[in-house]
Amino acid sequence: MGVDQRRHPPSRLKNDPMSDPSYRNATIAVLVENEAGILARVVGLFSGRGYNIESLTVAPVDEARRLSRITIVTSGTDMVIEQIKAQLDRLVPVHKVSDLTLEGPHLARELMLIKVVGKGENRMEALRLADAFRARVVDATTESLVFEMTGAGDKLDAFIELMRPIGLAEVTRTGVVAIARGPRSLSGI
Amino acid sequence: MSTNAQTKTEARTMTGAEIVLQALKDNGVEVIFGYPGGAVLPLYDAIFQQNAIRHILVRHEQAAVHAAEGYARSTGKVGVVLVTSGPGATNAVTGLVDALMDSIPVICLTGQVPTHLIGNDAFQEADTTGITRPATKHNYLVKDITKLAGTVHEAFYVAKSGRPGPVVIDLPKDILIGKGPYTEAPQTEHRSYRPQTEPDPAQIKAAVALLKGAKRPVLYSGGGVINAGPEASRLLTEFVRATGMPCTNTLMGLGAFPASDPHFLGMLGMHGTYEANLAMHGCDVMLNIGARFDDRVTGRLNAFSPNSKKIHADIDPSSINKNVKVDVSIVGDAGAVLRALLECWQADAQPQDRTALAEWWRQIDAWRATNCLQYRQASSIIKPQHAVKRLYEITREMGRDTFITTEVGQHQMWAAQYFGFEKPNRWMTSGGLGTMGYGLPAAMGVQIAHPDALVIDIAGEASILMNIQEMGTLAQYRLPVKIFILNNEYMGMVRQWQELLHGSRYSESYSAALPDFVKLAESFHARGLRVTRAEDLDAGIREMLAIPGPVIADIAVAKDENCFPMIPSGAAHNEMILGAGQSGGVAGVTDEGKVLV
Repeated sequence: MGVDQRRHPPSRLKNDPMSDPSYRNATIAVLVENEAGILARVVGLFSGRGYNIESLTVAPVDEARRLSRITIVTSGTDMVIEQIKAQLDRLVPVHKVSDLTLEGPHLARELMLIKVVGKGENRMEALRLADAFRARVVDATTESLVFEMTGAGDKLDAFIELMRPIGLAEVTRTGVVAIARGPRSLSGI
Repeated sequence: MSTNAQTKTEARTMTGAEIVLQALKDNGVEVIFGYPGGAVLPLYDAIFQQNAIRHILVRHEQAAVHAAEGYARSTGKVGVVLVTSGPGATNAVTGLVDALMDSIPVICLTGQVPTHLIGNDAFQEADTTGITRPATKHNYLVKDITKLAGTVHEAFYVAKSGRPGPVVIDLPKDILIGKGPYTEAPQTEHRSYRPQTEPDPAQIKAAVALLKGAKRPVLYSGGGVINAGPEASRLLTEFVRATGMPCTNTLMGLGAFPASDPHFLGMLGMHGTYEANLAMHGCDVMLNIGARFDDRVTGRLNAFSPNSKKIHADIDPSSINKNVKVDVSIVGDAGAVLRALLECWQADAQPQDRTALAEWWRQIDAWRATNCLQYRQASSIIKPQHAVKRLYEITREMGRDTFITTEVGQHQMWAAQYFGFEKPNRWMTSGGLGTMGYGLPAAMGVQIAHPDALVIDIAGEASILMNIQEMGTLAQYRLPVKIFILNNEYMGMVRQWQELLHGSRYSESYSAALPDFVKLAESFHARGLRVTRAEDLDAGIREMLAIPGPVIADIAVAKDENCFPMIPSGAAHNEMILGAGQSGGVAGVTDEGKVLV
């Protein structure tokens, strides 16, 4: 999980899936029963069938109705992504599956905490860049800073790269959560 | 909830074990197949104190699941299994995966250590829900007795709804001993699992439009039609006769369409008939109902039926566009789909191209004329094909309702090729998983469900030894199952592949040190007989069928016979090998093909 497996696509004879013109990323939202074992079912489905998981997030979203929402970022050919959705949908505790990438514009955000260690000019540079990226300082010592930052994945990536020469010490990211733009809603079940 | 209902609920407080049995009864269960052990003793104690549900004691938990599968496949009901924790559950796993691959509705109750010990590596503890998660359609661990009855009811709904499959309910011992309320099956819809059974009329119309315009149509149907019940098979027959289309069945679908009907092309796929596979290759419109474009059926995917429009009807949307991209997809129950297709076909004003269809049949008849299932029974050595053919002909003459199970290998393919089925639910074989040792326990389950029917396990000498201990179960319950062993002293299919693909290096495929099957049968209180010469074959079959109890008939057949026709792995339908005499060897098998199983 969280590992980009695209560099090691599942071995298929002859056809490299990445060379297929329909190969794409997909952000899939899954509304599930909040019950024991549901995450294992979803993750097991991906590992058992050799699908990629680039990120996966899960949390309860409706305690009263015992619903959790899983957001999975995956990749594959159109045929594989169709399969992923159909396979998810036939899990018994799954209420709804939505391919946000396919179904229209959507917002995708990640939360990151990033620790930078350093003093003097490096520290000042880190704070200046954080300001430009709208990262918040959530912890500080005389030799370290922790920034909190939300945004699209590429924005987070860019910030990490900028911090690397300055004293990047540690990164933790939540993975993507996503929601459709406009009035469309997944939980209207 | 009204006061009245509350009183009723309180009056129905029972132990967990009693709740399980009551829920089974309320779901129409009459028989369970099982094996006791420490964690399920409370359930066995409750079974002892009632008569409504009969327990069949097997000799190995794997066999309990196969027996339940045989019961389910021959009746259309849910098969029920009861095993203990730990090794009881792990032994059942092969059967569960078998039922998953072949979409057979089975409920497997597994014992579990008490809830407070779960995770402590207790005696006979295994993470049963973890182990069986990819082996089942769904599984449950019951940790709250108030949810026990509801879970059992839901398990039945899940096992038989949509695409059927196995469901495990893991039952900690304290839950079985504790007391709780019994609740009836809910009348409300399931919260999340509501598979679509009625097809979309627009898709039906699109399918009929394609079929009406077809010049070379073919219908290919699978286990989904059997699972949809006998009415679906009747509708399939009616639809084929109304349209005049040729019809072929998968291994799982045999019996859905009568083998004696002239529209029937036989089985398709790796060991399917020449005419079925060439019809699939050459058709312009293909209608697949309740089959899943399995690799045994399609051969090399990029050469599969290259010039056809494809219509796929399946109750499981994940089966559609999985292996083969189709032009029209229909989600629904096979029976509902066939009814809708038939109605739409009759209502549709577009005429059918009967001239083209007649031309297509002339082509198919020319392929049929190669007589791809021919063999020469020339000497005293019994050809295995001949043994199956004579078994079929003799049982047909007798006119008894006959159920066939098989193990896995060459004998299984010969049974599929030479035994004709007129009705559904008469043919039980391990299709998807290919489980050696399936046939004998499955036959037990069939015989339990149909005590007066003729039940025959067509077996190989290697496969039968994988669950031979079930001879004890046959003896205990006086189940008159006939085990018809095609004994070639080889794991025949392994030997065949070694001959064709691995330079005849017969690595570990010889069945050395075989038992004396006659004495083996006798030691299990059954009868045994052995036939070694072709001229004694009919008498041997008749003797086997005349014995009222269980029999092992050990038929010594030609040792080096290969199963043909054959689409070598990695080849296309039109590259099939017809037989030893007609083939140019399998020089065409590429390294890429060899990788395939």
